[in-house]
Formats: sequence, structure tokens, C-alpha cells
Amino acid sequence: MNELHTRLKNLFPLGELTEQRPDLSFVTVPQEHLRSLLLHLRDHEGFSHLILLTAVDWLEEGQFQLTYLLSNRGKAYDIGVRVMIPRDAATMHSIHEIWPTAATYQRELREMFGIDFPGSPRIEEEFILEGWNDIPPYRRDFDTLKYSDENYRQRPGRETRDPAQHMKQQLYPDGTT
Amino acid sequence: MSYVPDRSQYPARKADGTLDIDLTSGKYLKLWQGPNHPGITGNMSVELTVCGDEVVEGKTHVGYLHRGFEKLMERRTFIQCFPIVCRICVPEPDFNEYCYAAAVEELAGIQSPERADWIRTLILEMGRINSYMMYLGGQAGALGLGVIGQWTTYVRDLMLDRFEELTGARIYHMFILPGGVRDGLPDGFEKRMEETLREIESTMQDVYEVMFCNAVFKKRTIGVGVIDPSWLESYGVTGPNARAAGVAKDVRKDQPYLVYPQLDFEPVIGHDSDIYTRADVRRRDVLVSVDLVRQILAKMPRSGPLMATVPNVLHWKIPRGETYIRGECSRGEYGYYLVTDGSGYPRRVNVRGPSYTHAMALLERMIVNLNIADVAALMVSLHTYPPEIER
Repeated sequence: MNELHTRLKNLFPLGELTEQRPDLSFVTVPQEHLRSLLLHLRDHEGFSHLILLTAVDWLEEGQFQLTYLLSNRGKAYDIGVRVMIPRDAATMHSIHEIWPTAATYQRELREMFGIDFPGSPRIEEEFILEGWNDIPPYRRDFDTLKYSDENYRQRPGRETRDPAQHMKQQLYPDGTT
Repeated sequence: MSYVPDRSQYPARKADGTLDIDLTSGKYLKLWQGPNHPGITGNMSVELTVCGDEVVEGKTHVGYLHRGFEKLMERRTFIQCFPIVCRICVPEPDFNEYCYAAAVEELAGIQSPERADWIRTLILEMGRINSYMMYLGGQAGALGLGVIGQWTTYVRDLMLDRFEELTGARIYHMFILPGGVRDGLPDGFEKRMEETLREIESTMQDVYEVMFCNAVFKKRTIGVGVIDPSWLESYGVTGPNARAAGVAKDVRKDQPYLVYPQLDFEPVIGHDSDIYTRADVRRRDVLVSVDLVRQILAKMPRSGPLMATVPNVLHWKIPRGETYIRGECSRGEYGYYLVTDGSGYPRRVNVRGPSYTHAMALLERMIVNLNIADVAALMVSLHTYPPEIER
């Protein structure tokens, strides 16, 4: 891995490198160098397989982490390329021309995290949610319980009970403790 | 009607990439397949645009099963995630348990005992047979061979009996936990498993004769739904779908995990990459798994610890880190990307199911120029499962 990192470091302004396992590393790259790094990894280093593309919401730091996980099958080696983008202007280049399958990941990220990928196929279309009227649901500041309480009503008899209070009421209905 | 040899230009596309068709012309028709199960593919829809009985465009629509699993896991402690992860995949729930448990173990610095690894491998191979049994019945059913589904359901039920005596549950087992497995093999398990394996082998021979030697099945599947080998990397095709195209992609061999390096097997390969070959690869894969179960039962240690020492799960915190754990499930590469932030809850869990790539971008490309009657067979042949897409 050190050889690969040295080679890449000569070409790209790479940031932090984490060697998680002998066959898995993560590296951080600035947003504007992502596309050229991915193309280089695919065409010159054998990382031809995009395993996944996903986001992590670092709410406290005001950033989204995009992780592009690539695999080099021949060498049985994986590399995760991390890109940090600001949370309040979450826009990223589309990579659907490099891997067509990335379009699906990008559609999901736009809907679930609110990260836009201009130019990605069908990016404007709803992926899973229909008629969604709140902030993107996979952001850390989206409160699932609050949304549920505001938009749905409890079916009679299905109210959530605090187990301790419920048992106390069952055992001591007159309020004795 | 005139014959247009170059189907790629038919119909033409506008500058924005959409089809240049007039739905009011009477020549084209838009219809939806699903979200009812069109075979055994689960609840998803394909929005088809057809010309006569030929599909000119297919758009996949998912979301009918979405339960927000990944978000739910962020609000639960590490151990509380187990009832969730196994529900991401009904045919092969143990795979999720293994990947998630292994990811937690790696970030927490826990090593599961050797005997637990053998039992984990046994369970994963039993799950693989289960999953293939569901697939074979669905693939045959999508082409009208209903009896195959009855036979495979019968032998799958026998395997569920073995799961029940091993784990106490039939579908969702929650047997693989961080640190190891919950228990060892019960008395007489090997003998009953051998009887089940013989029944599976016998049924697979019947399936071969009735399904794979059937003239109708051959005519409707050979040369239909071909995945071009050049698409494998660009669309992220893995597992039996890639192996049917002649590429020996198998995580069990490429990046071995658990005790697979100690087992003797070769990935099953096909070459024609059509529906028939994909079904045949999976049929032969069942026999490989049967052999692997026998090898595991013969070689596994009978004594030793089943669980490593793990922290009190109620107060368990895992240091900041991230990892990706993969394995070969019956549909291809399955993986868990886990990010921790030092708290008692996962920061992010992302499930990489093979269906995600196979059932969306790839299916949309393959479905063009197909006959409507073959759409269900094609969808089943990719062996996708919607909850993996909309975790």
C-alpha cells in the first residue's frame, strides 16, 4: 500500500491515509481532484470495480463525507476514497460516466442526504420517497420520532408504553409503591 | 412493417436522453410490471414502454419495501442492530449477521474463536442452499414450470428444520453475534444434515431432468438476457451473474474469509451469460455448497470456545474508525461499510447488496428489445432482492 500511496501522492494532493487492514485503506482527497484520481485508479492502478458510494453526515463538523470504495480484483485490494464537502452547499461532481452504476447511488444520496450531483441521469426523479416534505431523512438532524408524531396518528391500543411504568401500573393499580 | 437491423437507434432519443416517441400515436404503450411479485423478485416495479410485444424502454421503480434500516441502526446500540440486519435479506439473513458482526469485531478489536468460525461458515453455506432453492423455484415459475417450485420449497423446508434445531428459529436466526456464535451443534445434527443433503442432491437431479432438459425452458432462456462480459466492471456485476459470463469472481476464493481457505472447492463457471447459463451456474453451485457442508462437518473441531470475551453490550463503545467487510452471498458480493465515532451507536451503516447494481442500472440496460413475456424471467435470472436496494 505504501508504494501505491507514494505513487498517488506524487500526482494528487492526498490527505490523511488510514490503513485499516492489509487489504483495505482509506485516503482523503480534495473535492476538485476526485474525478482525476478515480480515473487514474481505474485506468492505471487496476481499481476497475466501484463497490459502493455512500455518505456519512458529520453534523458537528458541518461536513458530509463521501466514500467511494474501489476494488482491485487482481491484487485483492480495496481503497476507500474520502471526500469532505460542506454540508450547507452539498454539491458534488457526478461520476456516472466513469461507472454507469454510480447514477443509482447518486440518486439515492440526493434524496436521502440532499447532496446534489448535477448532470447525473434521472437525478431529479424521486428514488424511494414520494411527496417528501421535510429535510432529507438520512441527515443526522432529521428526527424520525418527531416526524412520525407530526405526520401519523397512533392506532388505538398501540401506544408505546414505558415498560417500567407499565408494570408498576399493572402491579400496583392503586398507586402504592 | 420493415425490419430495422440496428436496434440501438430504435426509437431515437431526444437531446435530453429521453425516448423520442409519441404515446398518443397508438404505436407505443406504457405499462407497469409490478410492484406485485412478477416471479420471485420481490416488490419492485418496472415501467415498460412497449412497441407491440417488444420493450423499447424499462425504468425500475423501488421503494415499496423501504423501512429505513440504515437510519434505524444509527439510533440503536451495536447489539440492538441485529434484529434489523437479518431482516434486510429474507432468503439469506445470516449473511447480514456475519458481515455486521465481523465489521463490529474488526473495529472493536475482537477475534472470534476458531470453532465459531467453522460454525459461521456452516451456517452461511446452509443459507446459500436455502437462497438458491428459492431462486430455482422462482426461475422455473416465471416460465410456467410450477412443479419445480414445489420441489425446491420442500427441500428448503428440510433445511429450515436443520436451522431450527441449530438456532431455535427458522428464518431470522440471530445466531452469529460479535465475538462468536450462540451455541454449538446439537446431538445428532450431522446425521440429520446428511439425510437432508441426500434429499437435496436427489431433488437437484430431478430439477435438472425436468427443468434444464426441458425443451420449452431451453427455447425461452438460451440466448435470452445476455450480460455482455464488458459490462461486468462498469455495472459492478458480481457473483453467479459474473461467473455465468466466464469471469471467476468469487469472494470465497478472491479474498477468503472465515475457514474457506481450509476447504476444497472451485467456483462454478459458465460461458454463455444468458438466462439458462445463470440458472445452470446456480444449480451447480448448490451441489458445491452441499459438498462444502459435508467438508465442514467432517473437519470442524468438536470442542473449544464458541464466544470471545466481549464488553458488556449495554455500555459498549467502539473507537472511531471505518471498515468494509465483504462476503460471497448467493447473489454476489455482499458487504457492510461501518463507520464509528467513539460512541455506543454506529455513526453510519451502509449495506452493499448485489441487487443494488444488478436490479437497477443493469436491468434497465438489459431490458431494451426484450419480449414482454421474457421480462419476468430476466428479472428473476439476475436473482435480485429489493430490500437490499432500499435498506
